[in-house]
Amino acid sequence: MECINAKYVSQKISKTRWRPISYSSLQQPEIFATGSWDNEDNKISIWSVGTNGGSGLEDELEGDPQLLCEHKHDGDVLDLQFLDQDRIVTASSSGAVTIFRHHQNTQAMSISQHWARAHRYPCNNAPCTGVVCSSPEIVTVGEDGGIIVFRADHEGVIRVIENADSSTIHAVTYLRTTEILTVNSIGQLKLWDFRQQSNSPSQILSLSGDRVPLHCVDRHPNQQHIVATGGQDGMLCVWDVRQGNAPFSLMEAHSAEMWEVHFHPTNPDHLFTCSEDGSLLHWETSSHSDMPSFLQGGRNSSIISRSAMAPAGGNQSLISAWLSGDSSKGHLETTHMLPSQTLSVNSLDVLGQYLVCGTDGEAIFVNRQVPV
Amino acid sequence: MEEVDVEPAVTNIPAVGDKKHMGFAWGPGDILVYETLYQPPGPSGSVFPFIHEVRKDEDIYSPILRKLFNESHHIFVGLQTIKEDLPSKSKKPQFVSISKNYRSVIRACMEELQQVAISTNDAQVATQYGNQVSILLAIELIWNLCEVLFIDAAPAGSLLLHLLDWVRLHKADVYEKAREVLHSENPAEHPDYWDVVVSYVLQGKLEEVRQMLVKQATQQPAARGMYNLMDTLLSKMPYYNPGGTQTLTEFDVKWRHWHDEVDRCVQDNSFASNQHLELICKILLGSEDTLLQCKDLLSNWYHFLVTRLLFGHPTVKPTELHYFAQSSINMFLDSRTAPEPLDSILLAAFEFDIHQVIKDCSIALNNWWFVAHLTDLLDHCKLLQSHNLHFGSNLREFLLLEYASGLFTHHSLWQLAVDYFDHCPEFGRVYLELQIERVPLETERKALKVLRICEQRQMSEQVRSVCKIMAMRALRNNRLGSALSWSIRAKDAAFATLISEKFLQDYCARGTFSDLDLIDNLGPSMLLSDRLTFLGKYREFHKLYGEKRFTEAAKLLLSLMTAKIAPRSFWMTLLTDALPLLEQKEAIFSAEQTYELMFCLGELTSSLNTAAPGTDRSMQEEDLEVTKVELLRLALARNLAMAIVKEGTVDT
Repeated sequence: MECINAKYVSQKISKTRWRPISYSSLQQPEIFATGSWDNEDNKISIWSVGTNGGSGLEDELEGDPQLLCEHKHDGDVLDLQFLDQDRIVTASSSGAVTIFRHHQNTQAMSISQHWARAHRYPCNNAPCTGVVCSSPEIVTVGEDGGIIVFRADHEGVIRVIENADSSTIHAVTYLRTTEILTVNSIGQLKLWDFRQQSNSPSQILSLSGDRVPLHCVDRHPNQQHIVATGGQDGMLCVWDVRQGNAPFSLMEAHSAEMWEVHFHPTNPDHLFTCSEDGSLLHWETSSHSDMPSFLQGGRNSSIISRSAMAPAGGNQSLISAWLSGDSSKGHLETTHMLPSQTLSVNSLDVLGQYLVCGTDGEAIFVNRQVPV
Repeated sequence: MEEVDVEPAVTNIPAVGDKKHMGFAWGPGDILVYETLYQPPGPSGSVFPFIHEVRKDEDIYSPILRKLFNESHHIFVGLQTIKEDLPSKSKKPQFVSISKNYRSVIRACMEELQQVAISTNDAQVATQYGNQVSILLAIELIWNLCEVLFIDAAPAGSLLLHLLDWVRLHKADVYEKAREVLHSENPAEHPDYWDVVVSYVLQGKLEEVRQMLVKQATQQPAARGMYNLMDTLLSKMPYYNPGGTQTLTEFDVKWRHWHDEVDRCVQDNSFASNQHLELICKILLGSEDTLLQCKDLLSNWYHFLVTRLLFGHPTVKPTELHYFAQSSINMFLDSRTAPEPLDSILLAAFEFDIHQVIKDCSIALNNWWFVAHLTDLLDHCKLLQSHNLHFGSNLREFLLLEYASGLFTHHSLWQLAVDYFDHCPEFGRVYLELQIERVPLETERKALKVLRICEQRQMSEQVRSVCKIMAMRALRNNRLGSALSWSIRAKDAAFATLISEKFLQDYCARGTFSDLDLIDNLGPSMLLSDRLTFLGKYREFHKLYGEKRFTEAAKLLLSLMTAKIAPRSFWMTLLTDALPLLEQKEAIFSAEQTYELMFCLGELTSSLNTAAPGTDRSMQEEDLEVTKVELLRLALARNLAMAIVKEGTVDT
């Protein structure tokens, strides 16, 4: 645990995101953004963990996050994404969608685009719960069950699907460039194809019967048909959107709401989840069972998992480790990544060997040696 | 009624005018004050429609102190999980280390406040932070002393060593000064040189004193003998080593030998030619008059006390402390200056009167953070058992409840308070139940967090209340799907019925269902209320019909009426739905089923006829109704004929 830095920041953190890095340069991530919630004045803040950046005070611990700049944010920050190197899109509980620009030379922030009341009810604001972007396109979802498409350079709205969902949409992710996937509070995944003009989903997948609300979704970075979701009961579900409408496997992960799930962007055999129960889990699956895992060896790991389905047809040569089935044979390892703590871990982001997460205990944890 | 210990301080509320008649309401951490309509006789001013919120505790809103609350929450939770059944011997080091954790959090907070106070340009902010720093300093001082006396409970011998560390930690400005002197060009000539040396002596840092004196000795070769003698005295002073094999008596004998040696030097006037060395020698002898001469360097009575013990009574027992403390305070403070609150708190600690310490701290400090955490820790050390309050449960719980209630009034720190309530066995739950319902729910995310707190504690009443709030809000925003989901989660049958009713009305008005994704996936939750069951089943009928599975659809439709699942008001719609099925080329309803349908229609028309006379339904509507019934009768009759023929035909 010695490579974990904790910093108390006097605000409950709802989202943490690394600034993207270009993979061509062998650069380590250095800058991350956080958003706060449930404060009288919420903020979006930019931090640096770089050794050369920041103020370079002598007595500061190496790797301790340094605040670079912050900006007031109207309402809770419910989601936050980097649009590119210096623009950040936020989703607010006031229903607004805002693009902030981070001026890296002067270390200042300004609002470069603002759509007030993007999500709304007839006579009220509706919280905007999720945002996903692939520059310049931005897709947001909200408690009003609507899906809105923006372009960063357009003031207007490109497309609105009103009442796309009868319940709250909690999260959204891109499946392909024209397809998105949303998860809602009655346990459904819905695929939307923007090439079609119809305002109904092209496919609906759901957990049979239980109607357990889903809170987060992430797509496998290389294999676009593999999707991981997490829900209210803390279960991790892995889905193959090509096959059937039920999850491929269900794994018990947390004892309360799973707030975020992320595949490692460059090493997708690793997956990370965080939860209301105050834990952050690192999942590792290895496609070759005889390969020694670096995670084995007396660490505080708990393996509670089961496979809901038999392995899919074995004649596919390239089959993801997440779909290769039988997790009970020890292919899947889970590790707790945080020292015991009781308050919710609301968000996490992982990039390279760096992981950042934020909690309701008003702390940010940065781990700079994630074993991937 | 008990007497008050101190007169409560008067706080003026700005913006509240004179001669106004004020009303107020107590909150957990603050008071609401408002002007009443009552007009006192005499010239009356206008009534201002303002409500003032008077906060007792400002610290909770300080961004830096928030870190203190958050970090200490973590330590608090860790403390509660220490197993009860461990032998007390193995617990003590744990308690001491927890106490040290608390103190290091205070220190970290203090340092940050200090930095901000220095770097700010705003004088008001600087003084505000400066005040907070001095409060934290005092808190840490008291906590540290309590740790030494109560938690660590060091026996004679090591007690003094701990007290010495305590004084050294809180009189750290000597090191600053020493560094300044040592970094100057000629330390021995520095104006503060002797102050530093004497301060070191007073703190018992004799190694440092010897190093300092060497610098002086090299400059005065003539006095070398005298300096050598002092060096010997200093190096020979015995220290008790708690880990060693030496017993306390052996140490005492050794110490007395050394003391006699110092005494001889004083008698011989060995240092008469150098006033500084003579002063040091007299301090080593433990002369109280000499110590009092160094008042400025000691700066407070407890430093005086510890130095006095160090050179006069190094084997002081815990039980003797209060005597020395009392006499030190008398000697050190002149009779005119009254002891400050801090003095009496420390004195109470030296007297081992824990309750007095807690009581005085509660009065002197403006928030409950310190007393709540300290009391909790002392309670875990089993030091507070004998005491019971006339109210509430016990002292620990009372203070924790007060502290947590204060946190709960904060818009953001309320989540911390939950764990504090959890560890108050008697009233914690009641407090939590009352407070949790009053958390404003701006988003579903927050509602889910509140719900999780309630569900983990089986607080079903609060779960219902939260879900109902969210369902009502969704309903107001015309989000029937969300509203239904919330009422299903709350298992609120009445509300589910209400929303199902709305869905059906919508259907009647528009002819299509909204929110199909939800209704199609009700699953077992459909059974929550009759109306919801009907909604789900009715939608199932439409689905079957859409899939052209007519026989199954017909069976379902009929059962909806015969099993009395469908409300009577909806029967006409159901019968109308049956029309296209009756009109099919093939008989779908069997003869028996048709009889049942006819029975249903008959029941419906008769009830309509008895209830309807005199109602102001328009002629047109009535006509429509009559035509519908006629049509139905015709269709039923035809279908019956078809069914009888079909059933009568023998399949070959």
